[in-house]
Amino acid sequence: MAVRADDIPVPRGRPRLAGRVREWLDHESILGPVFVTPALLLLVLLVAYPFVMALYFSMSNAFIGRPSRWVGLHNFIALWDSDVFRQTFQNAFVFTSIAVAFKVVLGIILALLLNEQLWFKRMIRGAVLLPWVIPTALSTLGWWWMFNSLYSVVNWTGIALGIMDPPGPNWLGQRYYAMSAVIAVNVWRGLPFFAITILAGLVAIPKELYEAAEADGAGANARFWHVTLPLLRPVLAVVVLFSTIFTFGDFNIVYILTHGGPINATHLFATLSRQVGIDTGRIGEGAAISLYLFPLLVFVVWAQLRFVRKQVY
Amino acid sequence: MTVSRRPFVKRLMLHVALLPFLIFALFPFYHMTLTSLKRDRELYDRYAVPLVITQGPTLEHYAKLLWDTEFLTWTKNSLMVTFLATGISVVIGTIAAYALARLKFFGVASLGTGIFITYLVPTSLLFLPLAQVVQWLGLSDSKWALVLTYPTFLVPFCTWLLIGYFRTVPKEVEECAMVDGATRIQALWRIVLPMAVPGLVCAALFAFTLSWNEFIYALTFTSSSEQITASVGVTTELIRGDIYFWGSLMAGAVLGSVPIVILYVFFLDYYVSGLTAGAIK
Repeated sequence: MAVRADDIPVPRGRPRLAGRVREWLDHESILGPVFVTPALLLLVLLVAYPFVMALYFSMSNAFIGRPSRWVGLHNFIALWDSDVFRQTFQNAFVFTSIAVAFKVVLGIILALLLNEQLWFKRMIRGAVLLPWVIPTALSTLGWWWMFNSLYSVVNWTGIALGIMDPPGPNWLGQRYYAMSAVIAVNVWRGLPFFAITILAGLVAIPKELYEAAEADGAGANARFWHVTLPLLRPVLAVVVLFSTIFTFGDFNIVYILTHGGPINATHLFATLSRQVGIDTGRIGEGAAISLYLFPLLVFVVWAQLRFVRKQVY
Repeated sequence: MTVSRRPFVKRLMLHVALLPFLIFALFPFYHMTLTSLKRDRELYDRYAVPLVITQGPTLEHYAKLLWDTEFLTWTKNSLMVTFLATGISVVIGTIAAYALARLKFFGVASLGTGIFITYLVPTSLLFLPLAQVVQWLGLSDSKWALVLTYPTFLVPFCTWLLIGYFRTVPKEVEECAMVDGATRIQALWRIVLPMAVPGLVCAALFAFTLSWNEFIYALTFTSSSEQITASVGVTTELIRGDIYFWGSLMAGAVLGSVPIVILYVFFLDYYVSGLTAGAIK
Protein backbone atom coordinates (compact mmCIF):
# COMPACT_ATOMS: atom_id res chain seq x y z
CA MET A 1 0.00 0.00 0.00
CA ALA A 2 2.70 2.46 0.96
CA VAL A 3 4.50 3.85 -2.05
CA ARG A 4 8.20 3.15 -2.14
CA ALA A 5 10.47 6.12 -2.54
CA ASP A 6 11.98 4.72 -5.76
CA ASP A 7 8.62 5.05 -7.45
CA ILE A 8 8.43 8.75 -6.78
CA PRO A 9 10.28 10.85 -9.31
CA VAL A 10 12.73 12.86 -7.28
CA PRO A 11 13.44 16.24 -8.85
CA ARG A 12 17.03 16.57 -9.96
CA GLY A 13 19.39 18.57 -7.80
CA ARG A 14 17.59 17.72 -4.57
CA PRO A 15 20.04 16.35 -2.02
CA ARG A 16 19.71 12.62 -1.48
CA LEU A 17 19.25 13.06 2.25
CA ALA A 18 15.93 14.79 1.72
CA GLY A 19 14.71 11.86 -0.33
CA ARG A 20 15.75 9.42 2.30
CA VAL A 21 14.09 11.43 5.07
CA ARG A 22 10.95 11.49 2.98
CA GLU A 23 11.07 7.74 2.61
CA TRP A 24 11.47 7.27 6.33
CA LEU A 25 8.58 9.58 7.09
CA ASP A 26 6.32 7.37 5.03
CA HIS A 27 6.65 4.63 7.62
CA GLU A 28 4.00 4.83 10.30
CA SER A 29 6.40 3.57 12.92
CA ILE A 30 8.68 6.55 12.24
CA LEU A 31 6.22 9.29 11.29
CA GLY A 32 4.10 8.58 14.38
CA PRO A 33 6.85 9.20 16.94
CA VAL A 34 8.10 12.20 14.94
CA PHE A 35 4.64 13.75 14.99
CA VAL A 36 4.07 13.25 18.71
CA THR A 37 7.55 14.34 19.79
CA PRO A 38 6.83 18.09 20.12
CA ALA A 39 3.73 17.43 22.21
CA LEU A 40 5.53 14.82 24.26
CA LEU A 41 8.52 17.08 24.92
CA LEU A 42 6.25 19.90 25.98
CA LEU A 43 4.25 17.73 28.32
CA VAL A 44 7.27 16.04 29.84
CA LEU A 45 9.24 19.26 30.37
CA LEU A 46 6.42 21.58 31.37
CA VAL A 47 3.83 19.30 32.97
CA ALA A 48 5.42 16.09 34.22
CA TYR A 49 8.67 17.68 35.37
CA PRO A 50 6.97 20.55 37.25
CA PHE A 51 4.69 17.99 38.81
CA VAL A 52 7.67 16.05 40.13
CA MET A 53 9.07 19.37 41.32
CA ALA A 54 5.84 20.09 43.15
CA LEU A 55 6.20 16.72 44.87
CA TYR A 56 9.78 17.56 45.80
CA PHE A 57 8.90 21.05 47.06
CA SER A 58 6.05 19.70 49.13
CA MET A 59 8.48 17.42 50.94
CA SER A 60 11.00 20.16 51.62
CA ASN A 61 11.05 23.37 53.59
CA ALA A 62 11.69 25.35 50.41
CA PHE A 63 11.54 29.08 50.87
CA ILE A 64 12.13 31.66 48.16
CA GLY A 65 15.86 32.31 47.76
CA ARG A 66 17.05 29.84 50.37
CA PRO A 67 18.49 26.32 50.04
CA SER A 68 15.88 23.77 51.00
CA ARG A 69 16.05 20.74 53.21
CA TRP A 70 14.16 17.45 52.92
CA VAL A 71 11.41 17.19 55.52
CA GLY A 72 9.44 14.18 54.27
CA LEU A 73 5.69 14.35 54.80
CA HIS A 74 6.03 17.04 57.45
CA ASN A 75 4.27 19.74 55.41
CA PHE A 76 1.27 17.55 54.62
CA ILE A 77 0.81 16.62 58.27
CA ALA A 78 1.66 20.01 59.78
CA LEU A 79 -1.02 21.61 57.63
CA TRP A 80 -3.66 19.92 59.72
CA ASP A 81 -2.55 21.97 62.73
CA SER A 82 -3.43 25.10 60.85
CA ASP A 83 -6.95 26.47 61.28
CA VAL A 84 -6.69 28.19 57.93
CA PHE A 85 -5.96 24.93 56.14
CA ARG A 86 -8.71 22.99 57.91
CA GLN A 87 -11.12 25.78 57.01
CA THR A 88 -9.90 25.67 53.39
CA PHE A 89 -10.32 21.92 53.22
CA GLN A 90 -13.90 22.23 54.38
CA ASN A 91 -14.56 25.18 52.05
CA ALA A 92 -13.32 23.21 49.05
CA PHE A 93 -15.83 20.42 49.65
CA VAL A 94 -18.73 22.74 50.47
CA PHE A 95 -17.98 24.93 47.46
CA THR A 96 -17.54 22.06 45.01
CA SER A 97 -20.49 19.94 46.09
CA ILE A 98 -23.01 22.77 46.23
CA ALA A 99 -21.81 24.41 43.02
CA VAL A 100 -21.77 21.15 41.04
CA ALA A 101 -25.20 20.16 42.39
CA PHE A 102 -26.69 23.48 41.27
CA LYS A 103 -25.02 23.21 37.89
CA VAL A 104 -26.38 19.70 37.31
CA VAL A 105 -29.97 20.52 38.25
CA LEU A 106 -30.11 23.91 36.53
CA GLY A 107 -28.16 22.51 33.58
CA ILE A 108 -30.72 19.74 33.01
CA ILE A 109 -33.63 22.18 33.26
CA LEU A 110 -31.98 24.65 30.91
CA ALA A 111 -31.05 21.91 28.42
CA LEU A 112 -34.64 20.60 28.42
CA LEU A 113 -35.90 24.11 27.69
CA LEU A 114 -33.34 24.69 24.94
CA ASN A 115 -34.27 21.37 23.35
CA GLU A 116 -37.79 22.62 22.61
CA GLN A 117 -38.97 24.61 19.61
CA LEU A 118 -37.85 28.18 20.26
CA TRP A 119 -38.29 31.40 18.32
CA PHE A 120 -34.77 32.75 18.50
CA LYS A 121 -32.95 29.48 19.02
CA ARG A 122 -29.51 30.62 17.91
CA MET A 123 -29.66 33.89 19.77
CA ILE A 124 -30.86 32.26 22.96
CA ARG A 125 -28.12 29.66 22.81
CA GLY A 126 -25.59 32.41 22.19
CA ALA A 127 -26.80 34.33 25.22
CA VAL A 128 -26.77 31.26 27.44
CA LEU A 129 -23.20 30.38 26.46
CA LEU A 130 -21.82 33.89 26.88
CA PRO A 131 -20.70 33.66 30.55
CA TRP A 132 -18.51 30.72 29.60
CA VAL A 133 -16.51 32.53 26.90
CA ILE A 134 -15.87 35.89 28.59
CA PRO A 135 -12.62 36.03 30.63
CA THR A 136 -13.61 34.86 34.11
CA ALA A 137 -11.30 37.33 35.81
CA LEU A 138 -13.05 40.23 34.07
CA SER A 139 -16.62 39.05 34.44
CA THR A 140 -15.97 38.34 38.12
CA LEU A 141 -15.02 42.01 38.46
CA GLY A 142 -18.55 42.76 37.31
CA TRP A 143 -19.92 40.48 40.02
CA TRP A 144 -17.63 42.10 42.54
CA TRP A 145 -19.25 45.43 41.74
CA MET A 146 -22.71 43.83 41.89
CA PHE A 147 -21.94 42.60 45.44
CA ASN A 148 -20.34 45.89 46.54
CA SER A 149 -21.25 46.68 50.14
CA LEU A 150 -22.54 50.19 49.39
CA TYR A 151 -23.82 50.07 45.83
CA SER A 152 -24.88 46.45 45.40
CA VAL A 153 -27.40 46.20 42.59
CA VAL A 154 -28.39 42.80 43.96
CA ASN A 155 -29.44 44.36 47.24
CA TRP A 156 -31.10 47.31 45.51
CA THR A 157 -33.22 44.92 43.45
CA GLY A 158 -33.95 42.74 46.46
CA ILE A 159 -35.09 45.71 48.48
CA ALA A 160 -37.12 47.12 45.60
CA LEU A 161 -38.89 43.77 45.23
CA GLY A 162 -39.44 43.58 48.99
CA ILE A 163 -37.41 40.37 49.43
CA MET A 164 -34.66 42.01 51.50
CA ASP A 165 -34.70 44.38 54.43
CA PRO A 166 -32.58 47.48 53.86
CA PRO A 167 -29.63 47.67 53.67
CA GLY A 168 -29.49 43.98 52.68
CA PRO A 169 -26.67 41.55 53.36
CA ASN A 170 -23.03 42.54 53.13
CA TRP A 171 -22.32 39.85 50.56
CA LEU A 172 -18.57 39.69 50.64
CA GLY A 173 -18.13 40.61 54.29
CA GLN A 174 -20.07 37.85 56.04
CA ARG A 175 -18.93 34.27 55.83
CA TYR A 176 -22.03 32.43 54.62
CA TYR A 177 -23.04 35.20 52.28
CA ALA A 178 -19.53 35.31 50.87
CA MET A 179 -19.59 31.57 50.24
CA SER A 180 -22.99 31.88 48.55
CA ALA A 181 -21.68 34.71 46.38
CA VAL A 182 -18.65 32.71 45.29
CA ILE A 183 -20.82 29.68 44.54
CA ALA A 184 -23.30 31.81 42.60
CA VAL A 185 -20.58 33.18 40.34
CA ASN A 186 -19.15 29.70 39.80
CA VAL A 187 -22.61 28.38 38.87
CA TRP A 188 -23.13 31.37 36.57
CA ARG A 189 -19.89 30.70 34.77
CA GLY A 190 -20.17 26.88 34.63
CA LEU A 191 -23.87 26.51 33.78
CA PRO A 192 -23.38 27.03 30.01
CA PHE A 193 -20.99 24.07 29.82
CA PHE A 194 -23.51 21.83 31.58
CA ALA A 195 -26.52 23.06 29.60
CA ILE A 196 -24.91 22.86 26.16
CA THR A 197 -23.30 19.46 26.78
CA ILE A 198 -26.46 17.98 28.27
CA LEU A 199 -28.39 19.44 25.33
CA ALA A 200 -26.11 17.50 22.96
CA GLY A 201 -26.93 14.39 24.99
CA LEU A 202 -30.66 15.09 24.74
CA VAL A 203 -30.54 15.57 20.98
CA ALA A 204 -28.88 12.17 20.66
CA ILE A 205 -31.76 10.32 22.36
CA PRO A 206 -33.82 8.55 19.63
CA LYS A 207 -37.34 9.98 19.24
CA GLU A 208 -38.78 6.45 18.92
CA LEU A 209 -38.10 5.78 22.58
CA TYR A 210 -40.35 8.67 23.58
CA GLU A 211 -43.02 7.55 21.14
CA ALA A 212 -42.87 4.03 22.52
CA ALA A 213 -43.07 5.31 26.08
CA GLU A 214 -45.99 7.54 25.18
CA ALA A 215 -47.78 4.63 23.52
CA ASP A 216 -47.33 2.71 26.76
CA GLY A 217 -49.11 5.52 28.54
CA ALA A 218 -46.13 7.24 30.15
CA GLY A 219 -46.77 10.89 31.03
CA ALA A 220 -44.24 13.67 30.64
CA ASN A 221 -42.92 13.04 34.14
CA ALA A 222 -42.52 9.31 33.68
CA ARG A 223 -40.84 9.87 30.31
CA PHE A 224 -38.29 12.15 31.94
CA TRP A 225 -37.46 9.80 34.83
CA HIS A 226 -37.52 6.54 32.87
CA VAL A 227 -36.29 7.53 29.41
CA THR A 228 -34.45 10.86 29.45
CA LEU A 229 -32.54 10.61 32.69
CA PRO A 230 -31.22 7.04 32.30
CA LEU A 231 -30.07 7.79 28.75
CA LEU A 232 -28.39 11.01 29.85
CA ARG A 233 -26.36 9.20 32.46
CA PRO A 234 -23.14 8.82 30.44
CA VAL A 235 -23.16 12.50 29.43
CA LEU A 236 -23.95 13.56 32.98
CA ALA A 237 -21.09 11.43 34.29
CA VAL A 238 -18.59 13.11 31.97
CA VAL A 239 -19.81 16.61 32.70
CA VAL A 240 -19.88 16.10 36.46
CA LEU A 241 -16.39 14.56 36.53
CA PHE A 242 -14.96 17.36 34.42
CA SER A 243 -16.64 20.06 36.39
CA THR A 244 -15.75 18.56 39.77
CA ILE A 245 -12.03 18.73 39.18
CA PHE A 246 -12.11 22.23 37.71
CA THR A 247 -14.46 23.56 40.40
CA PHE A 248 -12.29 22.02 43.11
CA GLY A 249 -9.22 23.67 41.61
CA ASP A 250 -10.92 27.01 41.01
CA PHE A 251 -8.84 30.11 41.57
CA ASN A 252 -10.06 33.15 39.63
CA ILE A 253 -13.46 33.66 41.18
CA VAL A 254 -12.37 33.45 44.80
CA TYR A 255 -9.19 35.41 44.20
CA ILE A 256 -11.04 38.35 42.71
CA LEU A 257 -14.26 38.29 44.66
CA THR A 258 -13.06 37.71 48.22
CA HIS A 259 -9.31 36.95 48.22
CA GLY A 260 -10.28 34.00 50.42
CA GLY A 261 -11.95 36.17 53.04
CA PRO A 262 -13.73 37.10 55.18
CA ILE A 263 -11.41 35.40 57.70
CA ASN A 264 -10.58 32.58 55.23
CA ALA A 265 -14.22 31.60 54.89
CA THR A 266 -13.93 31.20 51.11
CA HIS A 267 -10.31 30.13 50.65
CA LEU A 268 -9.85 27.20 48.26
CA PHE A 269 -6.69 25.12 47.82
CA ALA A 270 -5.53 27.19 44.85
CA THR A 271 -5.97 30.57 46.51
CA LEU A 272 -4.42 29.46 49.80
CA SER A 273 -1.58 27.78 47.97
CA ARG A 274 -0.84 31.00 46.11
CA GLN A 275 -1.04 33.08 49.28
CA VAL A 276 1.35 30.79 51.16
CA GLY A 277 3.63 29.85 48.25
CA ILE A 278 3.97 33.18 46.44
CA ASP A 279 2.90 35.98 48.78
CA THR A 280 4.73 34.69 51.86
CA GLY A 281 7.33 32.67 49.93
CA ARG A 282 6.87 29.33 51.72
CA ILE A 283 6.99 27.31 48.51
CA GLY A 284 7.18 23.93 50.26
CA GLU A 285 4.01 24.51 52.20
CA GLY A 286 2.28 26.09 49.21
CA ALA A 287 3.09 23.08 47.04
CA ALA A 288 1.78 20.73 49.72
CA ILE A 289 -1.51 22.65 49.81
CA SER A 290 -1.98 22.51 46.05
CA LEU A 291 -1.16 18.79 46.05
CA TYR A 292 -4.26 18.18 48.14
CA LEU A 293 -5.99 18.62 44.78
CA PHE A 294 -4.20 15.54 43.55
CA PRO A 295 -6.23 12.69 45.12
CA LEU A 296 -9.41 14.06 43.58
CA LEU A 297 -7.64 14.40 40.24
CA VAL A 298 -6.57 10.76 40.45
CA PHE A 299 -10.11 9.72 41.20
CA VAL A 300 -11.55 11.73 38.30
CA VAL A 301 -8.96 10.38 35.86
CA TRP A 302 -9.57 6.85 37.06
CA ALA A 303 -13.33 7.23 36.76
CA GLN A 304 -13.06 8.79 33.30
CA LEU A 305 -10.78 6.05 32.03
CA ARG A 306 -12.71 3.27 33.70
CA PHE A 307 -16.27 4.22 32.86
CA VAL A 308 -16.26 6.81 30.16
CA ARG A 309 -13.34 6.35 27.85
CA LYS A 310 -12.93 2.60 27.87
CA GLN A 311 -14.63 2.20 24.50
CA VAL A 312 -12.02 4.37 22.74
CA TYR A 313 -8.65 2.93 23.66
CA MET B 1 -53.76 17.38 25.23
CA THR B 2 -54.69 21.01 25.67
CA VAL B 3 -51.01 21.80 25.40
CA SER B 4 -50.52 20.18 22.03
CA ARG B 5 -53.65 21.85 20.73
CA ARG B 6 -52.27 25.26 21.54
CA PRO B 7 -48.65 25.22 20.43
CA PHE B 8 -48.42 29.01 20.55
CA VAL B 9 -49.25 29.18 24.25
CA LYS B 10 -46.88 26.32 24.95
CA ARG B 11 -44.08 28.09 23.14
CA LEU B 12 -44.78 31.30 24.96
CA MET B 13 -44.60 29.50 28.30
CA LEU B 14 -41.27 27.98 27.29
CA HIS B 15 -39.83 31.40 26.63
CA VAL B 16 -41.19 32.69 29.92
CA ALA B 17 -39.50 29.77 31.68
CA LEU B 18 -36.23 30.61 29.92
CA LEU B 19 -36.38 34.24 30.98
CA PRO B 20 -34.80 33.82 34.45
CA PHE B 21 -31.91 31.89 32.89
CA LEU B 22 -31.36 34.60 30.29
CA ILE B 23 -31.45 37.36 32.91
CA PHE B 24 -29.01 35.41 35.08
CA ALA B 25 -26.65 34.92 32.13
CA LEU B 26 -26.78 38.41 30.69
CA PHE B 27 -27.42 40.79 33.56
CA PRO B 28 -23.80 41.00 34.78
CA PHE B 29 -22.70 42.12 31.30
CA TYR B 30 -25.52 44.64 31.08
CA HIS B 31 -24.65 46.03 34.47
CA MET B 32 -20.92 46.17 33.72
CA THR B 33 -21.50 48.07 30.50
CA LEU B 34 -24.01 50.38 32.13
CA THR B 35 -21.62 51.19 34.98
CA SER B 36 -18.80 51.93 32.57
CA LEU B 37 -20.99 54.51 30.80
CA LYS B 38 -22.30 56.34 33.88
CA ARG B 39 -21.02 59.64 35.17
CA ASP B 40 -19.35 59.40 38.58
CA ARG B 41 -22.02 61.63 40.10
CA GLU B 42 -24.72 59.13 39.22
CA LEU B 43 -22.53 56.08 39.85
CA TYR B 44 -21.92 56.98 43.49
CA ASP B 45 -25.43 58.24 44.22
CA ARG B 46 -26.90 55.67 46.58
CA TYR B 47 -30.44 56.81 45.86
CA ALA B 48 -30.21 56.60 42.08
CA VAL B 49 -31.81 53.67 40.29
CA PRO B 50 -28.83 51.44 39.36
CA LEU B 51 -30.55 49.68 36.46
CA VAL B 52 -30.62 52.58 34.00
CA ILE B 53 -28.66 55.71 33.10
CA THR B 54 -30.65 58.82 33.96
CA GLN B 55 -28.03 61.58 33.77
CA GLY B 56 -26.78 60.84 30.29
CA PRO B 57 -24.02 58.43 29.23
CA THR B 58 -20.37 59.38 29.16
CA LEU B 59 -17.20 57.92 27.71
CA GLU B 60 -14.95 59.56 30.30
CA HIS B 61 -14.11 56.25 31.99
CA TYR B 62 -13.03 54.77 28.67
CA ALA B 63 -10.96 57.84 27.90
CA LYS B 64 -9.29 57.59 31.29
CA LEU B 65 -8.62 53.89 30.79
CA LEU B 66 -7.06 54.36 27.36
CA TRP B 67 -4.99 57.46 28.04
CA ASP B 68 -4.19 57.44 31.76
CA THR B 69 -3.38 53.74 32.14
CA GLU B 70 -1.29 51.17 30.31
CA PHE B 71 -4.40 49.39 29.08
CA LEU B 72 -3.30 49.44 25.44
CA THR B 73 0.05 47.88 26.35
CA TRP B 74 -1.71 45.14 28.31
CA THR B 75 -4.00 44.46 25.36
CA LYS B 76 -1.05 44.31 23.02
CA ASN B 77 0.64 41.83 25.35
CA SER B 78 -2.52 39.73 25.54
CA LEU B 79 -2.80 39.68 21.76
CA MET B 80 0.82 38.70 21.27
CA VAL B 81 0.75 35.93 23.86
CA THR B 82 -2.59 34.65 22.65
CA PHE B 83 -1.72 34.56 18.96
CA LEU B 84 1.65 32.90 19.50
CA ALA B 85 0.41 30.37 22.05
CA THR B 86 -2.57 29.53 19.85
CA GLY B 87 -0.45 29.11 16.73
CA ILE B 88 2.12 26.91 18.44
CA SER B 89 -0.51 24.80 20.16
CA VAL B 90 -2.64 24.22 17.09
CA VAL B 91 0.37 23.07 15.05
CA ILE B 92 1.72 20.76 17.77
CA GLY B 93 -1.78 19.54 18.57
CA THR B 94 -2.63 18.86 14.92
CA ILE B 95 0.33 16.64 14.15
CA ALA B 96 0.05 14.84 17.48
CA ALA B 97 -3.66 14.27 16.98
CA TYR B 98 -3.11 12.96 13.46
CA ALA B 99 -0.51 10.51 14.69
CA LEU B 100 -2.70 9.36 17.57
CA ALA B 101 -5.83 9.04 15.45
CA ARG B 102 -4.34 7.42 12.37
CA LEU B 103 -0.89 5.92 12.75
CA LYS B 104 0.12 2.71 14.41
CA PHE B 105 3.35 2.90 16.33
CA PHE B 106 4.87 1.87 19.60
CA GLY B 107 3.10 3.34 22.63
CA VAL B 108 0.30 5.08 20.75
CA ALA B 109 -2.47 4.01 23.12
CA SER B 110 -0.71 4.95 26.34
CA LEU B 111 0.29 8.27 24.81
CA GLY B 112 -3.34 9.04 24.00
CA THR B 113 -4.25 8.29 27.58
CA GLY B 114 -1.35 10.41 28.83
CA ILE B 115 -2.53 13.41 26.86
CA PHE B 116 -6.05 12.92 28.10
CA ILE B 117 -4.77 12.95 31.69
CA THR B 118 -2.80 16.17 31.24
CA TYR B 119 -5.94 17.66 29.76
CA LEU B 120 -7.59 17.16 33.17
CA VAL B 121 -4.77 18.64 35.28
CA PRO B 122 -5.92 22.02 36.60
CA THR B 123 -3.47 24.90 36.17
CA SER B 124 -3.74 25.65 39.88
CA LEU B 125 -1.82 22.43 40.60
CA LEU B 126 1.27 23.43 38.64
CA PHE B 127 1.70 27.19 38.90
CA LEU B 128 4.13 27.05 41.85
CA PRO B 129 6.78 24.76 40.30
CA LEU B 130 6.25 26.35 36.88
CA ALA B 131 7.11 29.71 38.42
CA GLN B 132 10.45 28.16 39.38
CA VAL B 133 11.00 26.75 35.90
CA VAL B 134 10.21 30.16 34.43
CA GLN B 135 12.73 31.73 36.77
CA TRP B 136 15.46 29.25 35.82
CA LEU B 137 14.87 29.99 32.17
CA GLY B 138 15.38 33.66 32.88
CA LEU B 139 11.82 34.48 31.88
CA SER B 140 10.63 35.92 35.20
CA ASP B 141 8.28 38.82 34.67
CA SER B 142 8.25 38.33 30.91
CA LYS B 143 5.32 37.71 28.63
CA TRP B 144 7.43 35.07 26.90
CA ALA B 145 6.94 32.93 29.99
CA LEU B 146 3.25 32.85 29.06
CA VAL B 147 3.97 31.97 25.42
CA LEU B 148 5.96 29.04 26.75
CA THR B 149 3.56 27.81 29.43
CA TYR B 150 0.13 28.31 27.83
CA PRO B 151 0.69 25.43 25.38
CA THR B 152 0.84 23.10 28.41
CA PHE B 153 -2.93 23.28 28.70
CA LEU B 154 -3.70 24.20 25.08
CA VAL B 155 -1.90 21.31 23.40
CA PRO B 156 -3.76 18.56 25.32
CA PHE B 157 -7.02 20.32 24.55
CA CYS B 158 -6.31 20.79 20.83
CA THR B 159 -4.99 17.26 20.48
CA TRP B 160 -8.01 15.80 22.17
CA LEU B 161 -10.45 17.82 20.09
CA LEU B 162 -8.68 17.07 16.81
CA ILE B 163 -8.37 13.32 17.39
CA GLY B 164 -12.16 13.30 17.21
CA TYR B 165 -12.20 15.31 13.99
CA PHE B 166 -9.53 13.23 12.26
CA ARG B 167 -11.46 10.08 13.03
CA THR B 168 -14.41 11.46 11.05
CA VAL B 169 -12.28 11.77 7.89
CA PRO B 170 -12.67 8.40 6.14
CA LYS B 171 -9.44 6.46 5.96
CA GLU B 172 -10.16 5.41 2.36
CA VAL B 173 -9.83 8.96 1.01
CA GLU B 174 -6.32 9.16 2.34
CA GLU B 175 -5.41 5.68 1.16
CA CYS B 176 -6.61 6.53 -2.35
CA ALA B 177 -4.30 9.51 -2.47
CA MET B 178 -1.41 7.36 -1.32
CA VAL B 179 -2.12 4.72 -3.91
CA ASP B 180 -1.98 7.51 -6.47
CA GLY B 181 1.58 8.25 -5.41
CA ALA B 182 1.25 10.84 -2.67
CA THR B 183 3.39 10.45 0.42
CA ARG B 184 1.65 10.30 3.75
CA ILE B 185 2.60 13.88 4.52
CA GLN B 186 1.24 15.05 1.18
CA ALA B 187 -1.96 13.15 1.83
CA LEU B 188 -2.22 14.78 5.24
CA TRP B 189 -1.54 18.25 3.88
CA ARG B 190 -3.70 18.10 0.75
CA ILE B 191 -6.50 15.72 1.71
CA VAL B 192 -6.93 15.25 5.45
CA LEU B 193 -6.29 18.77 6.72
CA PRO B 194 -8.66 20.44 4.24
CA MET B 195 -11.35 17.97 5.30
CA ALA B 196 -10.69 18.70 8.96
CA VAL B 197 -10.87 22.48 8.60
CA PRO B 198 -13.92 22.82 10.86
CA GLY B 199 -11.99 20.98 13.55
CA LEU B 200 -8.94 23.18 13.07
CA VAL B 201 -11.04 26.34 13.28
CA CYS B 202 -12.64 24.99 16.41
CA ALA B 203 -9.30 24.12 18.01
CA ALA B 204 -7.87 27.53 17.14
CA LEU B 205 -10.93 29.33 18.52
CA PHE B 206 -10.83 27.45 21.80
CA ALA B 207 -7.10 27.85 22.14
CA PHE B 208 -7.51 31.56 21.53
CA THR B 209 -10.30 31.84 24.07
CA LEU B 210 -8.54 29.76 26.71
CA SER B 211 -5.32 31.71 26.47
CA TRP B 212 -7.04 35.09 26.33
CA ASN B 213 -8.95 34.12 29.48
CA GLU B 214 -6.04 32.57 31.35
CA PHE B 215 -5.40 34.28 34.66
CA ILE B 216 -3.41 32.38 37.29
CA TYR B 217 -0.24 31.87 35.22
CA ALA B 218 -0.33 35.44 33.97
CA LEU B 219 -0.82 36.71 37.52
CA THR B 220 2.03 34.59 38.87
CA PHE B 221 4.65 34.82 36.11
CA THR B 222 4.34 38.49 35.18
CA SER B 223 3.96 41.61 37.28
CA SER B 224 5.37 44.75 35.69
CA SER B 225 3.09 47.00 33.72
CA GLU B 226 4.93 46.43 30.43
CA GLN B 227 4.55 42.64 30.59
CA ILE B 228 1.13 41.84 32.03
CA THR B 229 -1.95 40.81 30.07
CA ALA B 230 -5.28 42.60 29.92
CA SER B 231 -7.02 40.47 32.59
CA VAL B 232 -4.16 40.93 35.04
CA GLY B 233 -3.72 44.60 34.25
CA VAL B 234 -7.37 45.43 34.81
CA THR B 235 -7.62 43.42 38.03
CA THR B 236 -4.35 44.55 39.62
CA GLU B 237 -3.31 47.94 38.26
CA LEU B 238 -6.72 49.59 38.30
CA ILE B 239 -7.23 48.75 41.95
CA ARG B 240 -5.02 50.90 44.10
CA GLY B 241 -5.43 50.64 47.86
CA ASP B 242 -9.00 51.01 48.97
CA ILE B 243 -10.10 53.47 46.35
CA TYR B 244 -11.70 51.82 43.38
CA PHE B 245 -12.45 53.59 40.18
CA TRP B 246 -15.46 51.53 39.37
CA GLY B 247 -16.21 53.29 36.11
CA SER B 248 -12.77 52.62 34.62
CA LEU B 249 -12.65 49.17 36.16
CA MET B 250 -15.88 48.19 34.41
CA ALA B 251 -14.69 49.87 31.20
CA GLY B 252 -11.57 47.70 31.39
CA ALA B 253 -13.63 44.58 31.97
CA VAL B 254 -15.82 45.43 28.96
CA LEU B 255 -12.94 46.30 26.60
CA GLY B 256 -10.90 43.29 27.76
CA SER B 257 -13.77 41.05 26.68
CA VAL B 258 -14.27 42.65 23.26
CA PRO B 259 -11.91 40.40 21.22
CA ILE B 260 -13.60 37.28 22.54
CA VAL B 261 -17.09 38.68 21.98
CA ILE B 262 -16.22 39.51 18.36
CA LEU B 263 -14.96 35.97 17.73
CA TYR B 264 -17.95 34.61 19.56
CA VAL B 265 -20.51 36.45 17.46
CA PHE B 266 -18.97 35.18 14.22
CA PHE B 267 -18.21 31.63 15.29
CA LEU B 268 -21.00 30.78 17.73
CA ASP B 269 -21.71 27.41 16.14
CA TYR B 270 -18.08 26.35 16.42
CA TYR B 271 -18.11 27.21 20.09
CA VAL B 272 -21.20 25.08 20.64
CA SER B 273 -19.78 22.09 18.76
CA GLY B 274 -16.33 22.40 20.32
CA LEU B 275 -17.72 22.59 23.81
CA THR B 276 -19.64 19.37 23.43
CA ALA B 277 -16.90 17.61 21.45
CA GLY B 278 -14.31 18.33 24.11
CA ALA B 279 -16.38 16.63 26.75
CA ILE B 280 -18.06 13.82 24.87
CA LYS B 281 -15.53 12.53 22.39
